[in-house]
Amino acid sequence: MTRRIASFLVPLAVALGITALLLIVAGAPPLEALGLIGEGAFGDTTRIADTLTAWIPLGMAAAGLVVTFRAGLWNIGVEGQIIAGAIAASAVSRSAPGGPAIVIPLLLLAGVLGGALWGWLAGILRVKGRVNEIFGGIGLGFVAQSFATYLVIGPWKRAGVASTSGTEPFREETWLPTIGDTRLSWVGLTLLVIALVGVGFMLGRTRFGLRLRAVGSNPASARLLGVPANATLYWAFLWGGGLAGLAGGLLVAGLQHKLVPAIAGGRGFLAVLVVLLARNRVAFVAPIALFFAAISVGSSQLQLRLDLDSSLGAVIQGVLVLAAVLYAGWQARRVLVKRLAASAEATV
Amino acid sequence: MDATFASIIAAAAPLVYAAVGEAITERAGIVNLSLDGSILLSAMTGFAVAFTTGRVGLGFAAAAGVSALVALLVAWSGISLRLNQVAVGFVLTLLAAAVASYQGEGFVHQPGPSVTPRPIPVLADIPVVGRALFGQNLSVYGSLLLVAAAGWFLARSRPGLSLRAVGERPEVAHARGINVNRYRYLAALVGGALVGVGGAAFSLDQKLGWSDGHTAGFGWIALAIVIFGGWQPLRVALGCYLFGALQVVALRLQSRIPGLAQILPSIPFPLMIFALLLVNSAGLRRLLVRSHRVSRWLLPEAPAALGRNFVP
Amino acid sequence: MSLLIRNVTKRFGSLVANDNIVLELEPGALHAVLGENGAGKSTLMKLIAGTLQQDAGEIIMNGQAIPPGSPAAALTAGVGMLAQEPLVCLPFSNRENFRLGSAWDLEEATQKLRQQSQKIGFRLHPAAITRSLSVGERQQLEMVRLLARGIRLLILDEPTSGLTGQQRDQLFAALRQLATEGLMVLFVSHKLEEVNELCRTVTVMRRGKVVGETTLPKPEADLVSLMFEQAAPTQARAPIATDGSAAVELSGVDAGYGRQGIAGIDLAVARGEVIGIAGLEGSGQGALLRALSGQIALRKGRLAVSGRDLTNRRLREFRKQGVAFLPGGRLEEGLIPDLSIAEHLELANGTRFLIDWDHARTRSQASIDTFRIKGYPDTSVDALSGGNQQRVLLSLLPPKLALLVMEQPTRGLDVESAAYIWNRLLERRRDGTAIVFASSDLDEILTYSDRVLVVFDGRVIASRPASDLDAEQLGTLIGGVLAA
Repeated sequence: MTRRIASFLVPLAVALGITALLLIVAGAPPLEALGLIGEGAFGDTTRIADTLTAWIPLGMAAAGLVVTFRAGLWNIGVEGQIIAGAIAASAVSRSAPGGPAIVIPLLLLAGVLGGALWGWLAGILRVKGRVNEIFGGIGLGFVAQSFATYLVIGPWKRAGVASTSGTEPFREETWLPTIGDTRLSWVGLTLLVIALVGVGFMLGRTRFGLRLRAVGSNPASARLLGVPANATLYWAFLWGGGLAGLAGGLLVAGLQHKLVPAIAGGRGFLAVLVVLLARNRVAFVAPIALFFAAISVGSSQLQLRLDLDSSLGAVIQGVLVLAAVLYAGWQARRVLVKRLAASAEATV
Repeated sequence: MDATFASIIAAAAPLVYAAVGEAITERAGIVNLSLDGSILLSAMTGFAVAFTTGRVGLGFAAAAGVSALVALLVAWSGISLRLNQVAVGFVLTLLAAAVASYQGEGFVHQPGPSVTPRPIPVLADIPVVGRALFGQNLSVYGSLLLVAAAGWFLARSRPGLSLRAVGERPEVAHARGINVNRYRYLAALVGGALVGVGGAAFSLDQKLGWSDGHTAGFGWIALAIVIFGGWQPLRVALGCYLFGALQVVALRLQSRIPGLAQILPSIPFPLMIFALLLVNSAGLRRLLVRSHRVSRWLLPEAPAALGRNFVP
Repeated sequence: MSLLIRNVTKRFGSLVANDNIVLELEPGALHAVLGENGAGKSTLMKLIAGTLQQDAGEIIMNGQAIPPGSPAAALTAGVGMLAQEPLVCLPFSNRENFRLGSAWDLEEATQKLRQQSQKIGFRLHPAAITRSLSVGERQQLEMVRLLARGIRLLILDEPTSGLTGQQRDQLFAALRQLATEGLMVLFVSHKLEEVNELCRTVTVMRRGKVVGETTLPKPEADLVSLMFEQAAPTQARAPIATDGSAAVELSGVDAGYGRQGIAGIDLAVARGEVIGIAGLEGSGQGALLRALSGQIALRKGRLAVSGRDLTNRRLREFRKQGVAFLPGGRLEEGLIPDLSIAEHLELANGTRFLIDWDHARTRSQASIDTFRIKGYPDTSVDALSGGNQQRVLLSLLPPKLALLVMEQPTRGLDVESAAYIWNRLLERRRDGTAIVFASSDLDEILTYSDRVLVVFDGRVIASRPASDLDAEQLGTLIGGVLAA
């Protein structure tokens, strides 16, 4: 256990060190800058609410990615799955009648289905077509993005003005109920908690979760032990896509209240970083996603107070994960070298 | 018509640099997923350096250097650290993009230098192809020369053959006395540098200046074209020109069909997926070849050892 | 140009693969190296060719010691090896493969390829894509390339597996011609007839040592007595309680590809019968075992388990009919690294949707006790020793099986584990389970089988009761000689 915590803290320390250097080079005192980020994220109620609001879709997509990673898949198409979910949720928001109690569950369900469909497509390409899911995912992501853009400036355009700033805002009944006068939605929070707990439970305590892990580790042996490997992979894509799609629906109903082309905004990719840093463990996903959300939200303060571009936050996130990945790989290599030395069985 | 051809060749030049460069890297077995971020970073670097020093050539050099560094990082983590090339490449594409945004902040929407046009007298007056091939600037000429050079290098030269073997079956190359990892590093270096030149060609020639997300997903498009072009420089270049043509056409039709220019970037991807299907499905290939519709030459073949680390 | 191998030794961990090998060759030699699986022939060839590095001793070509561990140095010294699987890049053209690693340009390479092929009677088209060549032709390409590089010693490792009769004759004719021109040939094989036909001298290896050298041709019996040790006489075994009905039947089966495939297999295994498959590794046992257990499809023929036709059905059906497979690569094909013993058991046997881990741990502890596995329920299987991994695989088998197919069941195991495992396996016979296994260990085959099958070049060439065979006879059969 201590080794796991160390493998998480050591790269963190290294990355923070590199970030501090970066800040110094940019002419900003590191501690003050980091403090500003913290203040920007948690400084007052509104900011805490904003951070939590950013946390929700990120954590949701990350939860889905844990499932796909455990199955041995690189579901880079998560960005497209978010968009697909957002599109589906938007379609429902535009057309379904009724009050919040009816429309909101419907549009969220549509989000899940839209994302699951997009994940399923990546699954078919991977299982039937043996197309690497990275390239399949990127391709499907671009298609989803183009489709969203087309809808926004085409059939769903604002009356009179075809603009990429978004569709007509959806009616208020489709807006998620919020806490107080903040933007934070308790619906979103609840769903996030359910998703995280659900994924953790599924992976650890169900037969399906065990099969998933088996396929992710060694598909050939898994088949021999009776696991239907291909079906398991499809299900993994459905889980990953579905949760990402739900994130997309939450973004539409909880944040934007309309469809914009940049609805996913790189959150899918950021979620991949979160899961890489969390070493695929659900328990770490929640705090790390919160941490990253805090950086994203808080780094706007850097612009205001230190005249540093807010993209510094993204740089910090990237450096963190790079350090973690390099360190983890270095560790794994040491284990592998030991294992190879121990099992020297020759063919004479 | 002349002008259209010329603008297609010019518009596609940055993509040609990036895609041919990546093709070389991938032929040696390294997949550089940081391509999109690299192009962003090198576009920004190229413009920034050219802006600050006033010299376009320096901008190109700096861009090439930065991009080569990123590519080497991907190669190093795969070769020496035995890490997953995909993981590192992916993280780097995001990181490089973030660094580009951050460092480039001071240069956003600044007017800056660009590559001077250098038409070749007499040749540029040839009808139809004159302006396209000889009425351009150094950057575009370079891209045309690159296609020929890279094609020749891979198909006929000795180091080119060795490089292909490294990416196809490293154990065979190793048995023939070829230093697999040295070739991989060199391929990453050269390929990365070319990607950098492509980025600079963007911000200093085609889409002048710098802004956030300036190169708009061109790295992913280059990756797709490499696959669609079957990892061969000539076909990859054709794919780039095709894309360039589509861009030009889309702009012309923009007024009549709204949204076309936005959908355009996604067109290479269904093609790429189709190409990947062909690569991996022996049955589909046999079907196509037997029906004589598709000559063998057109079928893409992935370097078999792509993405896999080599342990001698 | 002569070859001298002086006191060469190579160890892999505690295993001595080559022990103080001495060998001498003169120009024009056609020299065979004989030995059963595990004798050390392949290791020695790899040492000479520079792919491996020896721990002691020297390899001397023409009075100069070759720098060890470098294929390039060996090639410069004039040594070339034709591996079992020719090392070529399939999508390349013949002339590109020919040229790879040399200093020639394309025109030079094309010319040399034509010249060299013609000289020894091969027909290779320079522009053809190597993938379109048969295995025999790819071998020719490699040979021609090595000759063009000026080798003086050609090593051939089991070169005739998968060749047609015509290709084999072509190869032998070429080798004879090259020998008259002074080339030295080292011909590694287990096929006694071929060795007698082509070669003039032979070195016999056994368990890493040279046990004999003689001139050829020689009666097969003499060669076999050098290759195989006398096994302890087999103990009489209680007759099997079988009702005679067939557990599995194969008729006219072809499966697998190329050198590893099998053809024309007719086989019936009775309930409770134990069948041992002997033969040089790579003669098709892998394909046969996998065809029997439903892992690979049959290209021709029929397969029936307990009377039910299962030809080319999904693996699921085989499991339902009680067919199980224990692969040779325990961690690669049978077990899942990172998962624990308890997790494997749950995976194999559990049925309910939710897993109760306490219950699972208790059950796996019971298995651990029954099979005497040195580990805990939460121990990850890749941390276990080979013997314990095999016990885990055994514990995962369903209680009642119609057919159990095993590949190298006791490879790499200590004696105690091996004996224990066979005890448990033989217990299953009482329930009517038929057992089919392949092994490189002739003792194991003779001790535990009721019937022995010998595979040679992808066909079953003999099927005898184990009590009728001794090690020598079995060895002769493995060498392809049927007159035993």
